[in-house]
Amino acid sequence: MAYKDEQLSEEKVFKDPVHRYVHVRDRVIWDLIATPEFQRLRRIKQLGTTNLTFHGAEHSRFNHSLGVYEIVRRILNNFKGREHWNNEERLLCLSAALLHDLGHGPFSHSFEKVFKLDHEYFTQAIIVGDTKVNEVLQKVGPDFPNRVADVIGKTYEDQLVVSLISSQIDADRMDYLQRDAYYTGVSYGHFDMERILRVMRPIEDQVVIKSTGMHAVEDYIMSRYQMYWQVYFHPVTRSAEVILSKIFGRAKALYQDPDYEFKLEPTHFISFFEENVTLADYVKLDETIVQYYFHLWQEEDDAILSDLCERFMNRRLLKYVEFNPNLQMNDYMELMRLFKQAGIDPEYYLVVDSSSDLPYDFYRPGEEEERLPIHLQMPNGNLKELSRHSDIVESISGKKRTDHKLYFPVDLLKALTDKRVRNAILEILYGQGESSNVD
Amino acid sequence: MLINHAKLIHFFQLTGGVTGRKKLQKMIYILQKSAVPFEEKYQFHFYGPYSEELTLRVEELCNLGFIEETREDKANYFQYHYDVTKAGEDFLKQFTLDMPDITDKTELLQLRSSRFLELVSTILFFEHLDKREQIEKLHQMKPKQNFTEAEINEAYQFIKQIRST
Repeated sequence: MAYKDEQLSEEKVFKDPVHRYVHVRDRVIWDLIATPEFQRLRRIKQLGTTNLTFHGAEHSRFNHSLGVYEIVRRILNNFKGREHWNNEERLLCLSAALLHDLGHGPFSHSFEKVFKLDHEYFTQAIIVGDTKVNEVLQKVGPDFPNRVADVIGKTYEDQLVVSLISSQIDADRMDYLQRDAYYTGVSYGHFDMERILRVMRPIEDQVVIKSTGMHAVEDYIMSRYQMYWQVYFHPVTRSAEVILSKIFGRAKALYQDPDYEFKLEPTHFISFFEENVTLADYVKLDETIVQYYFHLWQEEDDAILSDLCERFMNRRLLKYVEFNPNLQMNDYMELMRLFKQAGIDPEYYLVVDSSSDLPYDFYRPGEEEERLPIHLQMPNGNLKELSRHSDIVESISGKKRTDHKLYFPVDLLKALTDKRVRNAILEILYGQGESSNVD
Repeated sequence: MLINHAKLIHFFQLTGGVTGRKKLQKMIYILQKSAVPFEEKYQFHFYGPYSEELTLRVEELCNLGFIEETREDKANYFQYHYDVTKAGEDFLKQFTLDMPDITDKTELLQLRSSRFLELVSTILFFEHLDKREQIEKLHQMKPKQNFTEAEINEAYQFIKQIRST
């Protein structure tokens, strides 16, 4: 029997708090899960620093990847025998679902921003490169790794296959919304996934939703909207991300400073600092390693690096106020001047964070062919864009969804001995000076 | 602080306004691929390279009153137009941007249709492949667009031109 068709003698199951069970019968999937590159995902948290806000959010990209695989497996069971669905693509879909996040790095969002990396690039590199994952995929067929990489990169010829893994209502989102809701403990993020799976229909080049399932999809869009604001855009999590970015930035700056010597050579980071990262370097790094360095860097001679690491490790985060760059640019410039006067480096301690700095995306109706929207399939077979048919989705689609926050270390400000400078800063930030009792 | 926002305002100011969200997406992508330091992250989507980050950043600029968005109903879809406002110009004055002069590049882009820019940006997305594979991939990914050989040749010429401008 060809390797691609090999089945395990008995079905394996993973207990899963979101989907109850994740079922594996294909030998290929079982072998992929066992590779070191996939096991590495156990050491990358799904939500990065969110656990500093919602303490339960310790789940990993490993959990999520299995979840996405399981959802795709269930969708394909429903698609079997339907027009437009070619069951020959089943293993390709399952492999792509399982491996879609393989290239995420430690605390990936901040990490990628500072070091100008792209996890999608590394996902593809792991799949087509010299790795154990590639070895397994090669056994299916010489072209199979490239096909899996193409599906994940959304450049696979059959866009129906792509849309299962990546569209505005895909297995990836359906898993992370439910999983993130479960682990953060929030009450949003829940929707009737079973119903959505039942009303998904394959057509020529995308998955559409049978119109009778519209209300289940509305619920999904609402969950997504609420999760963005309540979990993903949470200002405390953003504070932790700001500190994280500044730690990476500071460590890089110190490495490039010929006069600075780290107490411990930052071996794992050197190729990142020097911007010549190899696949092997990348795969070696995970959150356990990064946290190890943060732990040690608390003892570094550089006051900024040690302070930032201490803040991150002990959750002594930056405070924030709302910031409107249109109305408050003069305030910002004045704050920069006052921070410098107070001996607090504004590059690291006065930071504007915008919603567009965050990695999450809203539902978009896809006007002008920007991006494929969710389509409802009407009883006559015609397709209608969801927000044109659903008042609820339409109202969310037009909502203002952006904000900017200004982050700063209130503890350092309150400890300033120069009362005049301290009061001037607090006056701008809070509208109160000497008597301020800000926490 | 907000450097990437300022770069976009600078771009809108140079173009004198952009019509079409798809056109905007492709213009910024092509500039990026021509060594202009826009930092928005792009992925391949159904209609070619697309940046959610760019969409959200433009939305932020509109909400801040730095860019004005106007919408025109075109029967099957809405078309959007973007212009810099006085507040946007004032905001921009506070920055010294480390950007090359992109006046000529933006002029070249403005003259082209969004269909042509979709073709160019798709070719650029696959530029790590050899030319034969690029064209093969283009036809695979965009079968409904029916790009002609003449259009494809023109796109390659355009890429050379914009990169050398």
